[in-house]
Amino acid sequence: MKFFTEIDNTGNIAVDDMILVKDIHATAGSKMLENFVPLFDAEVVTRIKNAGLKLAGKTAVGELGLSAFNGNENDIPCDISLNVDLNGTPRRMAAVSDKIFIKPTYGTVSRYGVIACASSAETVGVTAETADKCAEILSLISGYDEKDGTSLPTEKYVYNTNKNVADMKIAVLSDITNKASEEVKTQIEKTVSALNSKGAEVQNINFELSEAAATAYTILMCAETCNNISRFDGVKYGHRTADYKNIDELYTNSRTEGFNLLTKTVILYGSDVLSKDKYDTCYDKSLRIRRLIAEKSDEIFENFDAVLLPAGSSFEIGETEGTFENMVKEIEYSSIASISGNPAVIANRVQFVAKKFDENTLLSIAKSL
Amino acid sequence: MKYELVMGLETHVELSTNSKLFCSCGGHGAGEEPNDCVCPACSGMPGMLPVTNKKAIELAVKAGLMLNCKINRYTTFDKKNYYYPDLPGGYQITQYFNPICVEGSVVIGDRTIGIKQIHIEEDAGKLVHDESTKTSRVDFNRTSVPLIEIVSKPDFRSADEVIEYLETLKSNLRFAGISECEEGAMRCDVNISVRPEGSNEMGVRSEIKNMSSFTDIRDVIEFERVRHIDAIERKTEVLVQETRRWDEVKRRSFPLRTKETAEDYRYFPNPDLMPIMIDDAWIDEIKASLPSTTNEKAVAYEAMGVLPKEAAVLANDRSLSNTFDTLIDKNIAPKTAASWILSDCLALMKKQGETTLNINTDKLAEIINLVESEKIIRDNGKKILAALFENDIDVLDFAKKNNLYTLTDKGLILATVKKIIAENQAIVADYKSGKEKAFTALVGRCMKELKGTADPTLIKTLLKQEL
Repeated sequence: MKFFTEIDNTGNIAVDDMILVKDIHATAGSKMLENFVPLFDAEVVTRIKNAGLKLAGKTAVGELGLSAFNGNENDIPCDISLNVDLNGTPRRMAAVSDKIFIKPTYGTVSRYGVIACASSAETVGVTAETADKCAEILSLISGYDEKDGTSLPTEKYVYNTNKNVADMKIAVLSDITNKASEEVKTQIEKTVSALNSKGAEVQNINFELSEAAATAYTILMCAETCNNISRFDGVKYGHRTADYKNIDELYTNSRTEGFNLLTKTVILYGSDVLSKDKYDTCYDKSLRIRRLIAEKSDEIFENFDAVLLPAGSSFEIGETEGTFENMVKEIEYSSIASISGNPAVIANRVQFVAKKFDENTLLSIAKSL
Repeated sequence: MKYELVMGLETHVELSTNSKLFCSCGGHGAGEEPNDCVCPACSGMPGMLPVTNKKAIELAVKAGLMLNCKINRYTTFDKKNYYYPDLPGGYQITQYFNPICVEGSVVIGDRTIGIKQIHIEEDAGKLVHDESTKTSRVDFNRTSVPLIEIVSKPDFRSADEVIEYLETLKSNLRFAGISECEEGAMRCDVNISVRPEGSNEMGVRSEIKNMSSFTDIRDVIEFERVRHIDAIERKTEVLVQETRRWDEVKRRSFPLRTKETAEDYRYFPNPDLMPIMIDDAWIDEIKASLPSTTNEKAVAYEAMGVLPKEAAVLANDRSLSNTFDTLIDKNIAPKTAASWILSDCLALMKKQGETTLNINTDKLAEIINLVESEKIIRDNGKKILAALFENDIDVLDFAKKNNLYTLTDKGLILATVKKIIAENQAIVADYKSGKEKAFTALVGRCMKELKGTADPTLIKTLLKQEL
């Protein structure tokens, strides 16, 4: 077992390579940043260090965390890791490797020092062996940070696994579940039985908007990513081509050499949906769909404590350098929580989503399974 | 046919904040050496997030109130995408969808110029080209320095109006402490079109980018006016909507890009910055900090009896008008206060290379009162003022030690007058033959004999009596 980047062999926690650690290479899985060494710690790293925990190392990510899988589930020798949930990848990886992963409500954990792609959705979450460990670490890293303009004002959140599953009403999102592989569907059924046996009430409902959520999320994510990574231009740091005669060639060749096909596709897609001709019908419409999804979620959470759905289409690990099509296909499973900013947890290899700030419901379910 | 110009202005000014728009680096590109006023945020490092400078919002609201704008209670920051090496993130943070101020106006003479909007944006860095090595280097000191862009409606009909508008903006913004509007720091894009007088249609528009000198603005307007009319009347060229630049050396404008090749900036709301809500309480607070505009001040000073020209100079400079206001509060007559500030203080400021008047107004009032009550002659008052500019002197003590008090000893003055008459019989004869100037000469000689400290009225009275 080895880390992508080793930090301290007495350490007990890992962070993925989208999270900056002072003086430790941060590549974001990209040739573009292969020699990039950050000048400061991400806020989550500062909080981990302040709590007396030591960083063991950094885990690998697919380029910029965009691909649906990162193919490195065996890369984590310690119990705990912090992972940036952009396209639901850490959720999918936790389902594949049967770990607990909690993606908290957007705005509760600082994004300061996270290499940004989809600023409006990505969230730092915690992967661990147990729900209690997730609750403990999430309590450490969450809370207001003045350095992040989207950080919510609550100074401190305290998470636990104390809720009683027997009191809960849970909805299975049947329409999305039916799209997944047989193996995944069986796992959902097993989970429903387990919840029933704990006394929870489980019902099937249709979400209806999952395709709209996936499309809108993909549009917003590509647009924001395209914009955020335009800073990687070969001028200030990162990969610079050896082959240029003027500034346009410096930009074009550095970026052509530095990014993989998936990233380039995201850039093209993102530029297109922000163009004058398509802004209203693509980007702005996606913002409106985002509000619609939030309303739909609120409506569901008036009647249910959590919804249950797959974390991905199957338990197969896709290629780390995945395709755009594959990314979009898997995004349908992650986009509901990503676009609404609601919290999600992976437990028993399936996904639960709850209303905002109700991580404790999710962690309690995770503990019970 | 007679033509009229139709012009609109986009004016960029730097806000007087202590730090940059989205990080804590010093404002105003404070660095002395290239790139010594940058941090990971304003140099586009990954992982950094923008945090809005509240003072910049406040100053923009202040500018809006000053220009009679409606303040948008809900305002947002957006991203404008383009690649340029002096733009470290590959985008500029600006306000495209919900600008902070809209629908204002500026009065110049008997005309009102409409303000379409004011929005806040960050400045870009600077490229330094090295001809010897054929390379370019980037200086990020100015990156993310806060600017406001004041967008006028197409209400200008002459270059004079444009210049008057810019001068009014400049003095108002400086006066309210919104912007220093330093030389070259006020940059304009001038939109120009020409149409037959009386027409309501708009002609083909040229936009001249990045003008700062008033002389150049005047010249480019005239150049474009002639070019457009020539194109319409003599078909010298086909006018197209385009962006142009002014060549300062050749004294003419050149096309930069046409509408067809215009960039698509792919604006979108900045997800890193939450919308800003501006409530009435905040606006009221900012309103209270707003000084009366210079124009209103100038009118008020004129009403006090100050000459219009003097009133304008006083009103246009905050330090001068503050000093003036304080002297008025201390019961100094307006004309007297204006004279001391504008002739004496300004001269001393110039001599010391100061651009703002910074003086102990209690002591200035003390000097003026000594002169007004004729305890000291005006010239000696000036001497004390000059000393006060150098050191924080005690006025009475300084006057005493330097023999600056007016001599009122009638006996001594009379003796001197008698002596001067005796010694200057030729001048006395001139005087007696009707030459008025001879009298002035005799007063001067008495004054000189008494080392300039005697009361001139007393000398004149005694001299007349003895003659």
